[in-house]
Order: sequence, then C-alpha cells, then structure tokens
Amino acid sequence: MSNATPTHNYYLPEPAGYPVIGSVALLLFTGGMAMWFNSHALGPWVTFAGVAVLVYMMYLWFGKVISESEGGLYTKRVDVSYRWSMSWFIFSEVMFFAGFFGALFYARLYAVPELGGLDQKLLWPDFSPGWPTSGPMPHDPFETVNAWGLPALNTLLLLTSGVTITIAHFGLLKNNRKQLIIWLGATILLGMTFLACQAIEYSHAYSEGLKLTSGIYGTTFFMLTGFHGFHVTVGTIMLIVIWFRCVKGHFTPDHHFAFEGVAWYWHFVDVVWLFLFVFVYWL
Amino acid sequence: MSAVIDNHAPAHGHDSHDHGDHHGAPHGLMRWVTTTNHKDIGTMYLWFSFIMFLVGGVMALTIRAELFEPGLQIVSPEFFNTMTTYHGLIMVFGAIMPAFVGFANWLIPLMIGAPDMAFPRMNNWSFWLLPPAGILLMSSFLLPGGAAGVGWTMYAPLTSQMGPGMDTTIFAVHLLGMSSIMGSINIITTILNMRAPGMTMMKMPMFVWTWLITAYLLIAVMPVLAGAVTMTLTDRHFGTSFFNAAGGGDPVLYQHIFWFFGHPEVYIIAIPAFGVVSQVIPAFSRKPLFGYASMVYATSSIAILSFIVWAHHMYTVGMPVAGQLYFMYATMLIAVPTGVKVFNWVATMWKGSLTFETPMLFALGFLFLFTLGGFTGLVLSLVPVDVQLQDTYYVVAHFHYVMVAGALFSAFAGVYFWFPKWTGKMYDEKLGKIHFWLTLVFFNMIFFVQHFLGLAGMPRRIPDYNPQFTEFNQISTIGAFGFGLSQLLFLYILLKAIKSGKPAEQKQWDGADTLEWTHLPTPMPYHTFENPPTVK
Repeated sequence: MSNATPTHNYYLPEPAGYPVIGSVALLLFTGGMAMWFNSHALGPWVTFAGVAVLVYMMYLWFGKVISESEGGLYTKRVDVSYRWSMSWFIFSEVMFFAGFFGALFYARLYAVPELGGLDQKLLWPDFSPGWPTSGPMPHDPFETVNAWGLPALNTLLLLTSGVTITIAHFGLLKNNRKQLIIWLGATILLGMTFLACQAIEYSHAYSEGLKLTSGIYGTTFFMLTGFHGFHVTVGTIMLIVIWFRCVKGHFTPDHHFAFEGVAWYWHFVDVVWLFLFVFVYWL
Repeated sequence: MSAVIDNHAPAHGHDSHDHGDHHGAPHGLMRWVTTTNHKDIGTMYLWFSFIMFLVGGVMALTIRAELFEPGLQIVSPEFFNTMTTYHGLIMVFGAIMPAFVGFANWLIPLMIGAPDMAFPRMNNWSFWLLPPAGILLMSSFLLPGGAAGVGWTMYAPLTSQMGPGMDTTIFAVHLLGMSSIMGSINIITTILNMRAPGMTMMKMPMFVWTWLITAYLLIAVMPVLAGAVTMTLTDRHFGTSFFNAAGGGDPVLYQHIFWFFGHPEVYIIAIPAFGVVSQVIPAFSRKPLFGYASMVYATSSIAILSFIVWAHHMYTVGMPVAGQLYFMYATMLIAVPTGVKVFNWVATMWKGSLTFETPMLFALGFLFLFTLGGFTGLVLSLVPVDVQLQDTYYVVAHFHYVMVAGALFSAFAGVYFWFPKWTGKMYDEKLGKIHFWLTLVFFNMIFFVQHFLGLAGMPRRIPDYNPQFTEFNQISTIGAFGFGLSQLLFLYILLKAIKSGKPAEQKQWDGADTLEWTHLPTPMPYHTFENPPTVK
C-alpha cells in the first residue's frame, strides 16, 4: 500500500488482523471465566485458551510495532502520539485505582462508623466500629500486616527501582549501553524481589487469619494490594521485554519511547504503592 | 452506507484518488475485519449502533406492550425486569455511544485535516471489541436463570443474587469499557497531535472540541465503572464484602461508585450530540456559530461539573441534609453552561438565512425537546421534589427527553447532514422530512404523557400498574409502536439512497464550512488529506 511508507510524515499501518485475534481471545477469556466462576468443567480450559491466544496476539502485534520502530517508520510526530497515548492510558489506570481507594475511604469514613451507629443497634447490638474490622457478622480473627516490616522494605525496593531505572535511562541518553543494560537489569531484579516479598507477605497474612473473605478489611487489603501486585507484574514483564531489546541493540539516544513509556509506567506503580503504604498498611 | 464500499472498491475504481491503494489489501469480509481506515471503522460503528438500536428498541416495545393494560399479559415480571435492564444497557453502550464514536471516526480526521486516526490498528480493535461484548450481553438470555433483571445501573445487593447471566453482563461491561478507553485515547491523541498546519485549537470545529472533552470524560470514568463491576464480581464469587453490610461494606458504596461514572456518562452521551448540533445549526442558518469561545468554555464547564454532582441520583438513599443541599446546588449550577449553549444556538439562528432540510429539522427538534428535558432535570435536582418523584415515570420521561430527543435526534441530524458527503448519494428529502415529523410526534406521544404518570405516582420498572394510569399508558404504547415503525422508514431511506440516490454535490449544504465540505470532493477518496491542507 502506498501509505505504508512514511512519506506523509505520519506512518499509517496497513490492514491488520491482530485486533480481531485479540477480540476472539478476550471473548474466550471472559466467557471462560464466566463458565469457571459458575463451576462449568470447561471454564479453566476456555479461560487459558483465551490467555494463550491473547499472549500470541500481543507477541505478534508488539513484534510488528518493534520492527516498524526499528525500521525507522516512526517519525517525531508518531513519537508524540505515543507520548500522549501512554499519558492518557496511565491516567485511566489512576482512575481505576481511585475507584478502589474510594471504596476504602468510604468504608472507613462512612460504612463502618454507621454500622456501629444507633440506627444499627437493633440488628448488630454487639458491633463496635473500628479499623481494622471484618464487619458486624462474626468472622475468624486475623492479624494485620505490620507496615514497618516487609511493606517498609517493599517501599524501599520500589523507590530504589525508580532510581535505578533513571540511571539506566541516563546510560541510554549517553549511549552507554553497559550502564543501560546493567541498571535496567537491576530494576528488574528489584521488581521481582518486590513481588517475592508480596508473596511471602500474603502467605503470612493467610496463616495469621487475614483472608480475602475477612470482611471489609480483608477485601480492601487484598483487592488493592492484589491489583497493584498485578500491575507490578505487568510492569516487570514490560521491563524484561525492553531489557532484551536493549541487549539486541535497539533504541538510540533520541528515539526510545518504548523505554520511556515503560519507565513512566514503572513510576506510576511506584506512586500507587506509596499511597498503599500510607493508607492500607500504615494508617 | 455500504455505498462507501462500492465507490472505492478497486473493481469499480472510477475515482482517480483511489490509485491502487487496495493492491494486496483484503477484500470482502476480511476487508472490514482488518481495516485500519477511519472511514471504514466509522461506518462499522454506525451500522453496529443502528442494529443495536433496533435490538434495544424491540426490548422497549416489549416493555410498552406489557404496559398497554394493567395486570400481567405478555411477559413474566422476571422477564420484564431483564427487558428494562438490557434495553438500558444496549441503548446506552451499544447504540448511542457507538453512534457518536462512529461520527468521531468519520469526521475528526476530516475536520482537522489529518490523514487518519493516530492509531489506526487500535481504532480497529476499539470497534471489534464491541461484537464480543454484544455476544456476552445477549448470551446471558440463554444461560440458566436467564439474563440479569437488575436494571442497567446494576445495583448491589440485587446483583449478588443473580445467575451466571450477571457474570457475562459484567464481562461485557469490561470489554465495552476497554473499547471506550482505547477509542478515547485514540481520539484525544488525534486531536492533540494530528491537526493540519494552521488548525489551532480555537479554530477547530465545535464537533471536534466536544469530542476532545467527551474522550477526556470517558478515560476518567470508564475505569471507575470497570472497578465497580469488578467489585460486584468479587462479591459474587470470591467472598469480598464491598457491598455486604455484614462484612462491614455497604450497598450504597456501589451507588456512589456507579454514579461517579454514571453522571459523567450522561454528558458523554450529550456532549457529542451538542457537537453535531453545533455544526448543523450554523450550516442551515448560513452564519458562523454564535459565541464559539463561550461554547468551548461552557462545554468544558459542563464536563468539570459533571464529576461533582453524582449523588443527585441518590437523594433518597439516606444522606445528610448538608450532602443533599450540596448536590442540589451543584446540580443546578450545570444549568448555567447548558443555558449558554442553548442561547448560543438560538442566537446563531437569529437573523440567519434559514432553511429547513431534514438535518436542520432534527437539530431544531433536538433544541426544543432537549431543553424540555433539561428543565425537567432542573425540577428533579430539587431535593424535596425528587424525593416525591424518585423512581417514577417522571424520571423516565426526563431522561428519555435527554437521551432520545437529545442524543438520538442529534445522531439523526448528523446522519442526514453527512450522509451525502460519506456516500456521495443524496437521500430523499421528502421522506427524510416525513421521518422527522413521525419521529417527533410519536416521541412526544410516548414520553410527554409519562410526565403526568410520574407526577401521579406511577413507579417505573414495574410490569403492572393501578388501573387509573391506563389511558396514558395506552397512548404511550401506541406512540412507542409508531416510533419503532418510523425507524424502519429511516432504514428504508438510507438503503434507497445508497441504491439509487442522486449524486450529491461537493458542498451539498451551502452553509457548511468545515474542511470535509470545502476541501474534499464528493464522493471522497478512500484516503484523504495524505498531504495536510493549510488552514488559514
């Protein structure tokens, strides 16, 4: 196609089959989960088939984007498009977490105090509101996670990883590939260590009785930290992908938005963690 | 609109601008599946939305048929509940929103002089996520326990008690949200980064401005809706207690999160409609839009205010008087920028050289009826009044004046306005006018009487009613079937024009002054503005 060349200062891709493969994947994935959650025997299989197709699609689509980028098809203006789109994507993620933080604040400021109020005394005479709580219905007791143990270490790990990825970025800007690869690798290791600490913390929490089903405290604790952990996992995978690209010699000092986009994302999960540390673990 | 295909398929190839762009490009069905062309994708959005409009319309007719007489005649109460639920979900997410995304796809690149959307492949995905979402939504009717009769707002704790149909509905909302977010990122990026030289922000057509603001709203609130339904999902299956008071949660929390999405959603539907009307009224008044800058600021103000008024949907849920007062005053404040817009449209027509072709008729129908819907909104913003009218047919009448006479009329205006440009064919003006008048009369027949039903206390979402309400309900039902049949006339007008419409002129409407009319031939080549125009 005549528009496949960057003659008009903006690269317009040819027709592509990746999106519809992704749609089929998501239909399998979501349909499979709906089956799984309702105890249909085929549920897990359909779900994993969906995941497999989705991973395959992302491999193809991102592979294509990488080859286009390395092929010099992306002009400055395309680069600006990527910057805008990544910024708005991160904004949408911020709003997703805002919803869950909103649930936490609402529970702590309104729902739990009201359940202990005079209106509810007939229904729940023995409930004394406070935080943490598993609500007025009797639940197994649980221990909360001490903020100044593993969570504090995790804070240190993520903040450090924010520094190491910046050092890696400076390496890229100076075209010092060794600095780039080593410090990016360090960032990946810090991310993985963080995830390992989270796994240890979760197993401790469960052994101390704190579960997803432990009323509103367990709900907000695991959903917020769980979604954050998922985002760190995705961020770590993104870091690993660009690490391999760096090793293969991709990116130049003035054309490396994939690196910057991942770095922005990494800083975003870092900032979310700081909010988690303060409002979920500490206060 | 399939004429668009025919005009540019290489077999016909009569348009020199095509110059073999299709070599190696897929044909037939695969062309639509793999397309990265904003015009193709816009066309698919518009047809998808029209099909969903008919599906949601049949559900509305089921509701109206049941309500023709008091007592239970046609459907069971449970099925009636699923009809109100999926009518709402399909009309909001399947019909109106995709219709305006279709307009955005077709028009934004043309209006700002861009060669296409910023991310053509992601654009394709935004559309192709809709059919899987539609499949999930409709499949819930076939699952054990049937579809979820929870209302389109999907309030807890009712959602916790539904069968598997609730889960497919939740996942459908997730996919629709992904589609909206990707589409919006694409639109914002296109507007901010793809404008032709000289097309400054304050020179952009009003339609482009309205979509910039709408896309921002979508990116801000669709993730919140995704969060709300995710909480519903985990409450249903994983024992979380977000909306479970026994665990320390609160069903009212769901309402807060939902309406934090839901109120901006109202403007997500309305603001692009404002944009279409802001193009149509000046064109048929042969005057520039009055108060362009104030229009931009008013639209932005509406968007900002839309985030801080959500609890006016929840006055009766139990909230402190201070809270009710705040949300009441904040809600009434929205009348100010909305009033600015209405007066600007009226002032645009003042001393204009007016003609009344079908698009203008629909725009005027919009202006008149949307204003009525706005006024009833103002009535409902008053706490003491709303406490009486909460969940009555007055609310139903109010939001259908905004959604149907507002958004849908504006979408009709837009289709008639740009149809000649898109397809190169002219529709039958006389039939178009008949379509308008039928739609207008039947619309008011359905919904005007519902104001009285609501004031008299008839509750909504209930399949039976007190016999005193019978006459007005019968008028409403007859109106609904008339309205539904009138839309088949619309389909006929489109198909007739595609098949045998007279060729349209480059500038079919002599008052139209945006780039697609002034710079591009009719019919348009498959790719436009490959070299950007210079805007003075």
